[in-house]
Amino acid sequence: MKILVAVKRVIDYNVKPRVKSDGSGVDLVNVKMAMNPFDEIAVEEAVRLKEAGVATEVVVVSAGTAQSQEVLRTALAMGADRAVLVESDADLQPLAVAKLLAAVAARENPQLVLLGKQAIDNDAGQTGQKLAALLGWPQATFAFKTEVDGQQLLVTREIDGGLERVALDLPAVVTTDLRLNSPRYVTLPNIMKAKKKPLETLSPEALGVDVAPRLKVLEVTEPPARKGGVMVPDIAALIEKLRNEAKVI
Amino acid sequence: MTILVIAEHDNATLKRATLNAVTAAGAAGGDVHVLVAGHGASTVVEQAANVAGVAEVLVADAPEYAHGLPENLAALVVSLARAYTHVIAASTAVGKNFMPRVAALLDSAQISDVVAFKAPDVFVRPIYAGNALATVQSSDAIKVITIRPTAFDAAATGATTAPSRAVASAPAFDKARFVGQELTKSSRPELAAANIVVSGGRGMQNGDNFKLLDALADKLGAAVGASRAAVDAGFVPNDYQVGQTGKIVAPQLYIAVGISGAIQHLAGMKDSKVIVAINKDAEAPIFQVADYGLTADLFEAVPAMTAALD
Repeated sequence: MKILVAVKRVIDYNVKPRVKSDGSGVDLVNVKMAMNPFDEIAVEEAVRLKEAGVATEVVVVSAGTAQSQEVLRTALAMGADRAVLVESDADLQPLAVAKLLAAVAARENPQLVLLGKQAIDNDAGQTGQKLAALLGWPQATFAFKTEVDGQQLLVTREIDGGLERVALDLPAVVTTDLRLNSPRYVTLPNIMKAKKKPLETLSPEALGVDVAPRLKVLEVTEPPARKGGVMVPDIAALIEKLRNEAKVI
Repeated sequence: MTILVIAEHDNATLKRATLNAVTAAGAAGGDVHVLVAGHGASTVVEQAANVAGVAEVLVADAPEYAHGLPENLAALVVSLARAYTHVIAASTAVGKNFMPRVAALLDSAQISDVVAFKAPDVFVRPIYAGNALATVQSSDAIKVITIRPTAFDAAATGATTAPSRAVASAPAFDKARFVGQELTKSSRPELAAANIVVSGGRGMQNGDNFKLLDALADKLGAAVGASRAAVDAGFVPNDYQVGQTGKIVAPQLYIAVGISGAIQHLAGMKDSKVIVAINKDAEAPIFQVADYGLTADLFEAVPAMTAALD
């Protein structure tokens, strides 16, 4: 089974995003970037399926600027076999990314596409589902556990208030949630090995995909700041405040 | 302008998030129709018809809609969508699952997690886990939107009865099958929907000490959460995690116990109405976002608070 894993380069989750003073977006100049944490889980899952003998090849793909090569190299160091970068300087919105991934999937013919449930920059949470719709494939979002059972994939999903199990005929699209696995740390020898693994670069034009943004960003602002609170001396004072001032208990 | 709201339900009860979605649809302007797609869900149809502001209820009843499989639900919504300017669902596990599929099939961008409507085509949504708010304009003919339930009041129920009509099913998709579900049997509310959340951090020292928070949560009717540090340390399972990579919560009251206030945690809870921080380190960053701060040893303060609520 061949697995395609989609990854995105985003702001590191430990960095506090700063809104640009002109309201045009979030400042990403000289900010630490990393692989989207949910995509890291997707890469880990694919590599584990390969180690278990279920997957034969793991191809990792990203759409974005030339710097996205960094996260592709990280995925290769984690154990992916080769990488594809769809290089574009455009503002790639989820619908465009889903179309690019559908075009890559048409070339690669994977049995399974894995990707994070959402990227921690724009928090849209759309790409996997849109990809599944464009391909006409079944989907399982928010995966907690995956089990391959012949030509079908059993996925346990995180839902509000518990877990749900679905069975999907392959090929299928699965988006990963936090509890699916704990991604491995990449080691220096593997980083060195990853440099020699193949990385192919494509363009949206070569894939025949129009990536023009559909949503126009009018403004990006700081959320209203919380006003400073007060310190209370003890529990009795706290409960009094919660009951009579905030009226929340 | 007519708006279609997709009801969320379990074939017996209309979920509260649908009431928030109806209010959001009203904020967008125009007539509001609600689609109830299910199997044997007549009580849900009645409940949807009783929601204030709903002009009509569309009913699709077929076995393939029994479990809300996204492939079938999306195909149905797409078959109906051409008659509408906006299609709206709550940004819950269900809404997040099927709505992007609807959007892709309509070749429409989706606007996720909308918290405010500025115009019929202009929306405000949080990005970077709420560290920024983006105002976006859609040029798509049919706007596909998920709304953040905590940002809109629940619509009133009971005073009115809207008419309902049956709609045809879409062709069934057979490549995905529902196998089963396990809902957590807990007397406590669900983390993402709770009015009060009590969360513990690394300061709890071990998983056993979370019993202190359980006792306080039971007194308050609260859910129990945790910081990523507490999860990483193995104190509690990952589904407790509140933060940028965990659950985003916005309860009426959030009590942070032994949590220092890392950026990634603040991103998950700073939209809470009232924040209380209990920490022995007076310099902890959590106090900068707290409405009420108490510098104290949590092992004394939490049992004292539980006892004081008797």
